[in-house]
Amino acid sequence: MTLITILGLALIMIGLWGMLTQRNIIKIIIGFSIVDTGVHLIMVSIGYLKDRTAPILDGAVDKTEALSKVVDPIPSALVLTAIVIGLAVTALMLSYAIKLYEKKGTLDINDFKELKW
Amino acid sequence: MTTVIIIVLGVVMIAAAILAIHQKSLLSAIIAAGAISLLASILYIILAAPDVAMTEAAIGSGLTTIVFLFALNKIRKQDKDG
Amino acid sequence: MVKKIFVLVILVFFAVMLLPLAKDLTPFQELSPVAKKYVEDGPDELGGANLVTSVIVTYRGLDTLGEVAVLFIAAAGVGFFLRKDGKSNESKKRSSSQILQSGTTFLFPLILVFGVYIFLHGHLTPGGGFQGGVVIASGIVLLLLSRVATKINTTILHLVESLSGAAYITIGVLGLVLAAGFLDNRFLDLGEFGTLLSAGAIPLIYSFIGLKVGAELVGIIDNMQKDQQ
Repeated sequence: MTLITILGLALIMIGLWGMLTQRNIIKIIIGFSIVDTGVHLIMVSIGYLKDRTAPILDGAVDKTEALSKVVDPIPSALVLTAIVIGLAVTALMLSYAIKLYEKKGTLDINDFKELKW
Repeated sequence: MTTVIIIVLGVVMIAAAILAIHQKSLLSAIIAAGAISLLASILYIILAAPDVAMTEAAIGSGLTTIVFLFALNKIRKQDKDG
Repeated sequence: MVKKIFVLVILVFFAVMLLPLAKDLTPFQELSPVAKKYVEDGPDELGGANLVTSVIVTYRGLDTLGEVAVLFIAAAGVGFFLRKDGKSNESKKRSSSQILQSGTTFLFPLILVFGVYIFLHGHLTPGGGFQGGVVIASGIVLLLLSRVATKINTTILHLVESLSGAAYITIGVLGLVLAAGFLDNRFLDLGEFGTLLSAGAIPLIYSFIGLKVGAELVGIIDNMQKDQQ
């Protein structure tokens, strides 16, 4: 529904603002995680049809009337995969942050100047 | 009724997001990010997607917070030794 | 100062670009044609009651294969960066409190059984391999937190992960040889709709995915917590 789409958009904007203005590397990774949550909310909210129920055929929904009573199952499948991949990428980013701290002793991204000309 | 729930949860989520970005202490920021994922899993139930709600509750507010806290601990431990 | 204005311009540009998504989006009234085919033909063709599971495992099975590959690459990357050769300093480790220890002794078998239940019944109830694997990984993390002197046997972990991944590919190739295509689940009997031993090879595939995801996440967490007090 539209309210949740707007909420997802607000989360994306807040996360993006956090990624662009913060200086601590761990704060940037937290901002990335917030952007992820916002994107998944938008994707699942697009597949929602009004007044319908979950796409599982048990006592509540029968096989014959499934076509008129269930929500779209495809966005749920895509978002399930995306959530797990988001966790894996966050863990990889954190291991980069640990290694950078070991080499330089600081977590401020303005101190990593080797690639600047 | 569901509209009221969505509005209340939405306001709390946006407040937690702004808190997670602005706080000086990293520990509060990590816990706030975990709280956002937990409230998002309630919204997924309202949107009739129970598989996604289970996955988001387990991964978003469980394992992501744990991974962040382990990384923070490792950094602090290096700080104390060196 | 210039940086702040630049950031503001980028954010306004993003907002303007994404605004039609919120304004002009009319909610759908009925299912799209692809979703209609999946919802109509899914239970009869594949025999699974959970439509999301049948989409993930068979109709979009190649996406799941790619996701398992991405998870493997990320776990390998974390292991590569955080590997510590040589002896770990076994300095004083504070033992955990009494509540945590007795609570874990009671809860850990229940959590394991719950995780196995979730991925065995993936085709009947909400759940499946990913959720079950994550629950099992959380249970093992609880064990790590409460008994601080345990070391996880990484040999068994890597063995479980590699064998599960190989078994997943083998089942896919078996589907190619014995049924209509790669990762087709109809080479096992479809059974009666709604019981545990139904939907062909879907419970088997999902169990292997669940074991693999659980073992990988435990590996990632184990790499991150080495040499800690």
